Amino acid sequence: MSETALTPGIVAGRLDAPAYDENFGDLHPRLDEHEALVAADRCYFCHDAPCITACPTEIDIPLFIRQIATGTPEAAAETILEQNILGGMCARVCPTETLCEEACVREAAEGKPVLIGQLQRYATDTLMEAGTHPFSRAAPTGKRIAVVGAGPAGLACAHRLAMKGHEVTIFDGRDKPGGLNEYGIAAYKTVDDFAEREVDWLLKIGGISIETGKRLGRDMTLAELAGGHDAVFLGIGLGGVNALSLEGEDKDNIRDAVDFIAELRQASDLTALPIGRDVVVIGGGMTAVDAAVQAKLLGALNVSLVYRRGRERMNASAYEQDLAASKGVRIITNAQPVAIHGNGAVREVEFEYTDDDLSPTGQTFRLAADQVFKAIGQTLDAASALPALEGRKIRVSGAGRTSSEGIWAGGDCASGGDDLTVTAVAEGRDAAEDIHASLMG
Amino acid sequence: MANLETNFIGIRSPNPFWLASAPPTDKEYNVRRAFEAGWGGVVWKTLGEEGPPVVNVNGPRYGAIWGADRRLLGLNNIELITDRPLQTNLEEMTRVKRDYPDHALIASLMVPVNEDAWKSILERVIETGCDGVELNFGCPHGMSERGMGSAVGQVPEYVQQVTEWCKKHSDLPVIVKLTPNIADIRKPAQAAKDGGADAVSLINTINSITSVDLDMFSPEPMIDGKGAHGGYCGPAVKPIALNMVAEISRSPELAGLPISGIGGVTTWRDAAEFMALGAGNVQVCTAAMTYGFKIVQEMISGLSQYLDEKGMASVDELVGRAVPNVVNWQDLNLNYISKARIDQNSCIKCGRCYAACEDTSHQAISMSDDRVFEVIDAECVACNLCVNVCPVEGCITMERLPAGEVDPRTGTTVSDDYANWTTHPNNPMRCAAE
Repeated sequence: MSETALTPGIVAGRLDAPAYDENFGDLHPRLDEHEALVAADRCYFCHDAPCITACPTEIDIPLFIRQIATGTPEAAAETILEQNILGGMCARVCPTETLCEEACVREAAEGKPVLIGQLQRYATDTLMEAGTHPFSRAAPTGKRIAVVGAGPAGLACAHRLAMKGHEVTIFDGRDKPGGLNEYGIAAYKTVDDFAEREVDWLLKIGGISIETGKRLGRDMTLAELAGGHDAVFLGIGLGGVNALSLEGEDKDNIRDAVDFIAELRQASDLTALPIGRDVVVIGGGMTAVDAAVQAKLLGALNVSLVYRRGRERMNASAYEQDLAASKGVRIITNAQPVAIHGNGAVREVEFEYTDDDLSPTGQTFRLAADQVFKAIGQTLDAASALPALEGRKIRVSGAGRTSSEGIWAGGDCASGGDDLTVTAVAEGRDAAEDIHASLMG
Repeated sequence: MANLETNFIGIRSPNPFWLASAPPTDKEYNVRRAFEAGWGGVVWKTLGEEGPPVVNVNGPRYGAIWGADRRLLGLNNIELITDRPLQTNLEEMTRVKRDYPDHALIASLMVPVNEDAWKSILERVIETGCDGVELNFGCPHGMSERGMGSAVGQVPEYVQQVTEWCKKHSDLPVIVKLTPNIADIRKPAQAAKDGGADAVSLINTINSITSVDLDMFSPEPMIDGKGAHGGYCGPAVKPIALNMVAEISRSPELAGLPISGIGGVTTWRDAAEFMALGAGNVQVCTAAMTYGFKIVQEMISGLSQYLDEKGMASVDELVGRAVPNVVNWQDLNLNYISKARIDQNSCIKCGRCYAACEDTSHQAISMSDDRVFEVIDAECVACNLCVNVCPVEGCITMERLPAGEVDPRTGTTVSDDYANWTTHPNNPMRCAAE
């Protein structure tokens, strides 16, 4: 190995080979049986439990924890999965500290919630490792439904539709299904190809075929899909990214954080993945944190995450901020980029401090940057004719009904709800129920 | 600091915490460790008659039930009396008593029901210098199949007879250990008293099957696919033991009969409760088996602090303090009216009080959309279930309605007169109020 953290520029192999395995290992290894039983014992089995209300998919958390406590994690998994077919991934990526665990009464009582997310993973991993799929299909209905996008919303929708006896085809523009689960989440949250294995497991329901490399607007139109199917569900996510709108944004080594994260997730050899010595990430959401932390874990010497507002306004949870800080990411708030310097390739980014209403203060500073990752939000990729929008998303009412008859939408591309995996699952599932009711009613 | 030294039927010990006759007291090694750890006395593991010792099973001897976090709540055992030679035990007891003259050392005995057997073993035991004997009429497993242990304790005539023999053939204080596996604990206690016993100790263990192996379909502990009932002890049996102690304490016929309290004593608080109900000291086993001998340090400091706080100079001032307040149901004041009160500041909004009351009781707790739980006085019968299921200590309490206030449940004005069932108009057997 010749490169180190100090090597200038963007190079691969800044770390010893074993360090990559350690850095990108499981952030929260699965609880062992003893740990799970101890954690499960802390659940109070609340009445009409606040954790259920806080869960976008309304998993019956006290019930599944009681099922773990009584030695039936498989039954616990079924309780989880019947509400959230991607319960395994959600157990890994949900910001539980702002959802179920924030609502846990033991958070109120002692500041230490029951480890709901980790218990969910214990249960779902147990069942999935057994290779069983606890759900079966209803009698065939003869209905054919197109699902666009093999991300969390599309997969959840497809599974529920398949359960109801419909024939589902999922179209996805990428090479692999999974959407953001496969391409958009930090590697240490979903190790050992979990996203891929989860899709394989989900498809065991039967009745679902996936056509990858088929992008809406490029390879087919919505009108064609609607014409050839009894219903269409759009779970196309947010394929576009926001731009900084700064002069020099096109300089070399400035790229979208989502692309970096996707490249890292698909890399077969992290020691060959180049990373800058001085990395600047612009943005304050989960994507920004995932990019910044992973840059650091790849061996970058200095990683700065710069957000234009105050910390409390960051979309990344306090937990994610702390994670970033613990990995050595420097978080700078109340600063927005005003200029990009460099000859051909970026060398420095100039920021100006802002106050809370984003008024410029006139005080500026520069950060050295070999590499800049932009993570200031994603947008709907409106290359294709879509149903009516609301703001910058597809307008939906009820359970994902769009302005177009026979077309539903859910997940990040649809209006309403947080842009979370778990929310996408809930919307996909609920749209499936509505599609079923509409087709069979 | 309160003086914890006790004099129980003439047997002095530095504190009222004795180890019960059980596995922890089977050997010199253990007993020396116990005394070094601070235990005031030890009842040596039960001795049998001269001859080949009993044998124990070679598989598991204990079964258990657990609470949250695998807290041991109840233990069941099928171990018999000591399986070591009588002479070995006697020699060890002699050495221990010689080295710990200020600590209580009691010999627990179990031999067949004939006078010679008891006379013979008493002669041997006296030589050890021990402070007294405890007659094991309690063990419900194994030995009872051979006509000993609880098989004796369940027949008051036998209890009295053997007690008489022991008083006749020794000058040692005699403690009769009672089995709870009977309908009325006062009967064998009376028999012990009539036989001349200096004290009774209770409870011995309770017949039990702790669990069933659902693969082998055998009771636990399982020996080669089979299980026998065992003797149950530990925190789970404390309420049963407290009641039996109280039944003896408050019986006019048995008044003044010294009691050594046994049954789930785990903390100083448990010990104080037994004493308040009339026990002159307590014996401990399961807690020591669960946590080791060191727990006695907490019992000593806790009881001492409590006595100080209560202004009591010795444990004697505590013994029996609660006995006058143990009454029959018919003597309870029906004019005492209370209502549950939920402290909103300490409520963590788990809703267990609501579920318990709504599903299984009186629909006397309301729940708002934002999870505020409040008592509906017009429905609350003050059953206390909400208090018991609430995970936060002190969050829900019972508050007495003052005299003159109207109970919204019944519409009647609260009276501070005492009135019980014996004079209640609904009682067909009522007598006129005085």
